[in-house]
Amino acid sequence: MKTTRLIIVAVGGQGNLLASKILGEAAMAANIRVGMSEIHGMAQRGGVVESALIFGDADSTIISDGEADILLGFEPSETLRALKKCHSRSWVITNMEPLPPFTVNIGKGEYPDLKQVEPLIKKKTDRLFSLNATDLARQAGNILSVNVVLLGALSATKALPLTKEHMQNAIRKTVKKAFIDINLKAFEFGEKAINKG
Amino acid sequence: MTHKLLTDQPGKTELMLGNEAIARGAIEAGLCVGATYPGTPSSEISLSLFQISQKTDLYFEYSTNEKVAMEVAAAASASGVRSMCIMKHVGLNVAADPLMTLAYVGVKAGMVILTADDPLMFSSQNEQDNRYYALLSGLPMLEPSSIDEARAMTKYAFELSEQLQEPVLLRTTTRINHSTGPVILDTILPINRQSHFTKNPFRLVTIPSVSRNLHVQLLENIKQAASLSEASPWNICTGIGKWGIICNGVSFNYVKDAISTLDISDKTRVLRIGFSHPLPVSMIQSFLKDCERVLIVEEGEPWLETQIKALAQEVGLTVSIKGKDNHLFSRLYEYDPAMVRSMIANYFNIPDVQPPVPDLSDLPEIPSRPPNLCAGCGHRATFYAVKQAAKTMDVEVIYPTDIGCYTLGVLPPLSMADYLICMGSSVGTSCGFSKVLDKKIVAFIGDSTFFHSGIPGLINAVFNQHQFTLVILDNGTTAMTGHQPHPGVDMTQWNLDGYTQISIEKMVRAIGVPHVSVVRPYQVKKSIDALKEAFAFKGVSVVIAQEPCALINKKRKKRAFQVTDQCKDHRVCINELACPAFYLESNHLKINPAQCVGCAVCAQICPENAIIPVKESQS
Repeated sequence: MKTTRLIIVAVGGQGNLLASKILGEAAMAANIRVGMSEIHGMAQRGGVVESALIFGDADSTIISDGEADILLGFEPSETLRALKKCHSRSWVITNMEPLPPFTVNIGKGEYPDLKQVEPLIKKKTDRLFSLNATDLARQAGNILSVNVVLLGALSATKALPLTKEHMQNAIRKTVKKAFIDINLKAFEFGEKAINKG
Repeated sequence: MTHKLLTDQPGKTELMLGNEAIARGAIEAGLCVGATYPGTPSSEISLSLFQISQKTDLYFEYSTNEKVAMEVAAAASASGVRSMCIMKHVGLNVAADPLMTLAYVGVKAGMVILTADDPLMFSSQNEQDNRYYALLSGLPMLEPSSIDEARAMTKYAFELSEQLQEPVLLRTTTRINHSTGPVILDTILPINRQSHFTKNPFRLVTIPSVSRNLHVQLLENIKQAASLSEASPWNICTGIGKWGIICNGVSFNYVKDAISTLDISDKTRVLRIGFSHPLPVSMIQSFLKDCERVLIVEEGEPWLETQIKALAQEVGLTVSIKGKDNHLFSRLYEYDPAMVRSMIANYFNIPDVQPPVPDLSDLPEIPSRPPNLCAGCGHRATFYAVKQAAKTMDVEVIYPTDIGCYTLGVLPPLSMADYLICMGSSVGTSCGFSKVLDKKIVAFIGDSTFFHSGIPGLINAVFNQHQFTLVILDNGTTAMTGHQPHPGVDMTQWNLDGYTQISIEKMVRAIGVPHVSVVRPYQVKKSIDALKEAFAFKGVSVVIAQEPCALINKKRKKRAFQVTDQCKDHRVCINELACPAFYLESNHLKINPAQCVGCAVCAQICPENAIIPVKESQS
């Protein structure tokens, strides 16, 4: 089976690891070979969390620079930072709601011009799908569901060899019972944002 | 609810983190006694086993340090029950003393020593290659390449240990510990708790005359281990070509992917070494004989390479064997799939296959996102108070520090770290600094690290009458590695009984430290005053700064603070504290109420008293 390499980048607290877990479970249910790795040493202390997911015939669990087929970014400046993981034919899916690093918040660093983010990514890679996943999560009823909004968006692009049903079932299996409905709604919002777009 | 790692359905496939798979392997082997000191990347193994120990007959403990953990496991094994100790790579340095002689004494029931190496140092102070411990001690060593193999090898390690009557080193790297993949569950053996200790001092008490015999026995055991390695299914030879690749651990995955991408499977044969000490000598020599040239792919030091070159020499082989080289692999950092692929292409002189990459030279500079002490972290308050107290000293202050969240104090604007080598080094190095420098020495150590290895240094300081101040940052947990307990923790708060809490203050006083004070760092002025006194004291002084970790303090009622119009934009708060709850809006300071825990430290240092609590009605 063809190999698809996905990088997910987020800021600590955005639920990247849960999103990876959902995708992993969905792949298991779909009988698709999957390997994943994560670097999250200091996530609780505001650092970047990066996950690599490799679907199909491969044994590596990490992705080298220039070899990710899909980049799913939870935050626009982190998406830009992770562009080095992409090749010219990669697809990029990104949340556009900024979460500036603390250094920027206190005036000791400059956040990249948001208006430039989309044109830049478009110039470098094959396809860009952007949305404000944070807004959609809020609309779904919980800002913490931003991770699942982005999974909905990812599902709509059909970039992964996983069906919508596999992902939805994995959400039911993975998230806490009380949050299943909100998350399914968040998933749908993410999906719609791409299909409309 | 039963623990997910206790699922008793052999043949079922589950997605697991590498560390969970290792814990599962130990459970399947009927592990009876486990001990650890937490350390990334190994921490989740212990977390899983500690949780499981609440539900089964498994005994699992957080020991004060890795040396103690290994001794706990050794005694359990000597008494006939299966045991395991778990640590990060540098933890094995702490446990190296028992390790070396335990190899002489050997074990009765299976004992596994898990050492988690950290190439590239994601969360470590060095990237030492612990495979040398296998050579140094003579102990057998296993190295998994995949998550399911991590489970299966752990289970097998107990059998191997019983077969050889020696502890077995199970060596991982971060990309095994922190990768996730499918694991096929195997049967769970029941825990055999039947212990029996047979007195045999002339085998178990390592006086010189005994050890002379034990060393002979160890060499015999290594020989037996060598024959097991020779026949071990963990040493896998695949492929048929004249190009040879020998590899271990995660490098095997990168090699397999490269061979497939480069489409050279008809030309290449691969030897994956999983039972890596002792090496399968004949297997390697016959592999070399079949090759025209050989590439060795191993992260870290040229551990395989050096031994394999010697093995080639023994049988007079002159085949080209390369690995670490200016034009090939580095001894630095971790490897990745593209790097391994391009080295293979380079060595065997074929074109590399890589997707075209965009030119990113015109990307704007992206602000870094360094980890930061949390909003309301007591360490930040203590660092601030120490800095203020230090300003009143007429000499420069040097700050030896230690390993924990507070190491983040090295970053500006706190900049409170001048020297660090290992766990506990803040205290020992302060003894040396204070003897040779005409400066004030103020050292920082966390509560868990103090118990781990800070105490002998402090006793040394009192005995030899050194002159420094030790600040013990007591947040009531081992925060950095995921909030594990330590001897100073009140375990009843987690509804766990069977523990005795040890008071750091009483212990420091019992050591005979002549000047001891306890502060609450959220009380800024009082803390500064106490620190000034401690700094002025001639001799060893200890200040214990007690504030529970802001991430897990359940008792504290959170009440956010806000900035009023009184703010005259001095920005003392931002420039001195840099709490992540601060942000600027239209160039004015604001406090994010979702992040603020209400420590009120900024409110106390604001020159305009402009920071006040949010009124209940506002929030």
